[in-house]
Amino acid sequence: MDNLYSLTAGELLSLLDKKSVKPEEIIESVYFRAQSVDKNIKGYIHIDKEKALAQTKSLPAAGKLRGIPVAVKDNICVEGELTTCASKILRGFKPPYSATVIEKLKSEGAIICGRTNMDEFAFGSSCENSSYHPTLNPWDTGRIPGGSSGGSAAVVSADEAIMALGSDTGGSIRQPASLCGVVGMKPTYGRVSRYGLIAFASSLDQIGPLTKDVRDAALLLGVIAGYDDKDSTSVNIPVPDYLGCLENDVKGMKIGIPKEYFVSGMDKEVEGSVKEAITLLKGKGARIAEVSLPHTEYAVAVYYILATAEASSNLARFDGIQYGYRCADPENLLDMYERTRGEGFGAEAKRRIILGTYVLSSGYYDAYYLKAQKVRALIKNDFERIFESGCDCILTPTSPTPAFKIGERALDPLSMYLSDIFTISVNLAGVPGLSIPCGFTKNGLPIGMQLIGNFFEEEKLFRVAYTYESNTDWHKKNPNIQ
Amino acid sequence: MTYEPVIGLEVHVQLKTASKMFCGCTTEFGGAPNSHTCPVCLGFPGVLPVLNQRALVGSIRAAIAVGCKISGKITFHRKNYFYPDLPKDHQISQYDEPLSENGHLKIKISGKEKTIRIKRVHMEEDAGKLIHEEGGGSSFVDFNRSGMPLLEIVSEPDINLPEEAYRYLTDLKLLLRYLDVSDCDMEKGSLRCDANISIRKKGETGLGTKAEVKNMNSFKAVKSALEFEFERQVKRLEAGERIVQETRLWDPDREITVSMRSKEEAHDYRYFPEPDIVPFMLQNDLIEMERKNLPELPEARKARFTSAFGLPEYDADVLTQEKDTADYFEECLKFYDKPKIISNWLMGDVSGYLNAKNLFVRNSKLRPQGLAGLLKEVDSGKISGKMAKDIIIEMLDTGKDAPAIISEKGLSQISDGGELDKVAEEVIAENRKTAEDFLNGKDNALMFLVGQVMKKTKGKANPSAVNKMLREKLSKK
Repeated sequence: MDNLYSLTAGELLSLLDKKSVKPEEIIESVYFRAQSVDKNIKGYIHIDKEKALAQTKSLPAAGKLRGIPVAVKDNICVEGELTTCASKILRGFKPPYSATVIEKLKSEGAIICGRTNMDEFAFGSSCENSSYHPTLNPWDTGRIPGGSSGGSAAVVSADEAIMALGSDTGGSIRQPASLCGVVGMKPTYGRVSRYGLIAFASSLDQIGPLTKDVRDAALLLGVIAGYDDKDSTSVNIPVPDYLGCLENDVKGMKIGIPKEYFVSGMDKEVEGSVKEAITLLKGKGARIAEVSLPHTEYAVAVYYILATAEASSNLARFDGIQYGYRCADPENLLDMYERTRGEGFGAEAKRRIILGTYVLSSGYYDAYYLKAQKVRALIKNDFERIFESGCDCILTPTSPTPAFKIGERALDPLSMYLSDIFTISVNLAGVPGLSIPCGFTKNGLPIGMQLIGNFFEEEKLFRVAYTYESNTDWHKKNPNIQ
Repeated sequence: MTYEPVIGLEVHVQLKTASKMFCGCTTEFGGAPNSHTCPVCLGFPGVLPVLNQRALVGSIRAAIAVGCKISGKITFHRKNYFYPDLPKDHQISQYDEPLSENGHLKIKISGKEKTIRIKRVHMEEDAGKLIHEEGGGSSFVDFNRSGMPLLEIVSEPDINLPEEAYRYLTDLKLLLRYLDVSDCDMEKGSLRCDANISIRKKGETGLGTKAEVKNMNSFKAVKSALEFEFERQVKRLEAGERIVQETRLWDPDREITVSMRSKEEAHDYRYFPEPDIVPFMLQNDLIEMERKNLPELPEARKARFTSAFGLPEYDADVLTQEKDTADYFEECLKFYDKPKIISNWLMGDVSGYLNAKNLFVRNSKLRPQGLAGLLKEVDSGKISGKMAKDIIIEMLDTGKDAPAIISEKGLSQISDGGELDKVAEEVIAENRKTAEDFLNGKDNALMFLVGQVMKKTKGKANPSAVNKMLREKLSKK
């Protein structure tokens, strides 16, 4: 038998059902793996085997994730456990409550096995903006794993966790999933409760799964999705049986290929892999149609106005009054605010707070925030029109390039922002997006493609992804970690 | 040169709900500091607001009652500023799309009616409270008030006298209490008022530079602050100085306003739509239902009290000052059908007792049936009005009903023949001279004799029966 840590949740659950393994053994195996490789990957911020083992003592009898270790991004609150958004300003913070997704995981028997690294407050696309340490890409430790859910993508890719939760505001699940060769999904806005997710940009954030294969993503989303009366933006639509929707069949499905996503100058290997994937799906009976998302070129600009505006307000609460970091010996209130925030936030967080404060300032609001809202509506219309015209999903690359080198873009925020150019529109529109491995560069770096669906039609994305995965074996390849 | 003040009021009232605006914490007043809090009203990372439906309904009711137009769209904005009593460092409020706009409140000022237009009525959440250690060592924050549901009622600058401001506040409070929307208790902080005031020459229509006055903790303080501020501004203009746009604080000890901050120091609140609460449309029938279920408002009720019950205007005014009192009055009427007599008792002995004990009739021990029962005893002649005045105190003290007290204390008055006849004979015999005076045409003399009978019976005799009996006896002499 393979090492338990290398299996998917689906495989482990059937072993657990047959009683051929015990939850404790899975945990031992995963921790053994983490202990041996995480020093090279640094995907975890905290990992505690004893706490994980303690959770196996009281598992619900028929949980859908009974005994499965799930790694959790450091911006999702777990009661009484360090939750810091990889920021100095939340160093030592233990929330007095758990996020709804955590409650759901626990009630289905999942084991919270550790907290994964991220760009501070999810601000970044490389995991270099963590106040702890950068996380490294399991396929090439000289490269970044993507971000901001880089820790979650890396630990799943490196078999240090069976599955993981991330959050996605502009591509923070899909881009690292793509760069680390795993499956990652950002659900429809409102599909998963945000209660307990430390907000970056409230109108864009969604929690979603990062997994080794499509089946696990469907399984995990099925557990965390659903209406939550603690989140007014969650939507009261029944959660479909995602696992039941997994069919190796795309016959007759119409897949749109947006021309704006295949532009000159894009990475040739990425373009080649994605086009091969299109050919494969066409061979399986999908109808391929060129479509247009004409407002794509404004997405990055719109995003960095709206997301930073919301972030500037969401992060105001980190003021040193109630929790988290407070500067030493403040002279007065203003001094406390200024030094607490000056010392507690990293450079990218400050950059975004300043930008967001600026675009909301009186005299600038109309020109920036208001205009960006209007363009956001146009971007949303672009997607709605395509789905109304009968497309079942849209297929694009997830990231314009494979994983880049550590430090390569760290000093050039704009080039960093552009690494989310294919994923940002999806958040602005609120539709679901899924990234799935679709090849490797000749240097052995994973390439991902993105499937975008209509509102609350995650099951179609799972179906297309499952068909593709069933006819390829990219997801079976494992990084060779030194 | 004569000036007039131009005043607009911003009133915040705490909506009467069981739980806070966006979380399930209790709205009960008091409680140990920070005992009425949860991660949501403490603004912890990751929490989300969920709108209290009762707060929404109460707000709608108030908006309807002041004749505001309800847009039907509910949106919230964030008002961003840093302060330790504001746990999220932003307040959830309504901004460019308030719940409702363009209403009015009619007030009566020296006998004349005046309409004060209401600009808007909107919802928002309250902040916590800072407590500073004496001597300035440390400061503490109590978040019990954080997230309390508030309704802000903003008037147009239609108020032209401090007295009008006082009247406006009194009538607004009365209205909101009638609607059961708020307790409007300034002492408990469930009503707060800020005032904008500028001055202009009488006859002009433009607006001068305004000052915003805060920190007034009673309606009287509002009036005093506005009187002071009016005079301050007049003096400045007359001295050739300009009025500065600023926020000023009322200092109740010195009875002056002092500058807090100027316009230049004013915050840029960076309002933007609250992304955590999706805008939604009110269902039309919800508004219509509230409109239909609106209780009778104070003015209408007062008019009905005069027309239907024949009460003098004064009585109607007093009885309708509190919805509870008016309800109580009407409850009494169900058991006793002489409105003016009930009114006399409620406004007289009952209210005297209640005021002394700081009670409301609703939570006193006197039930409407009880009061009615007492009045019937008076009517039947069993007790005198004077005895009733003692009995009602006993009823208010103990909650016992009138018949029980009467029999317990043997209080019933003597109006039947036997005993009274004997006493009357005695009194006539002992006061021959007076009796003759009466027979000689001195009517007053009879009153003395009645008094003597009352004295002998220790007040238990029915004075009118005594009167009648003495007349009969003397005429036979």
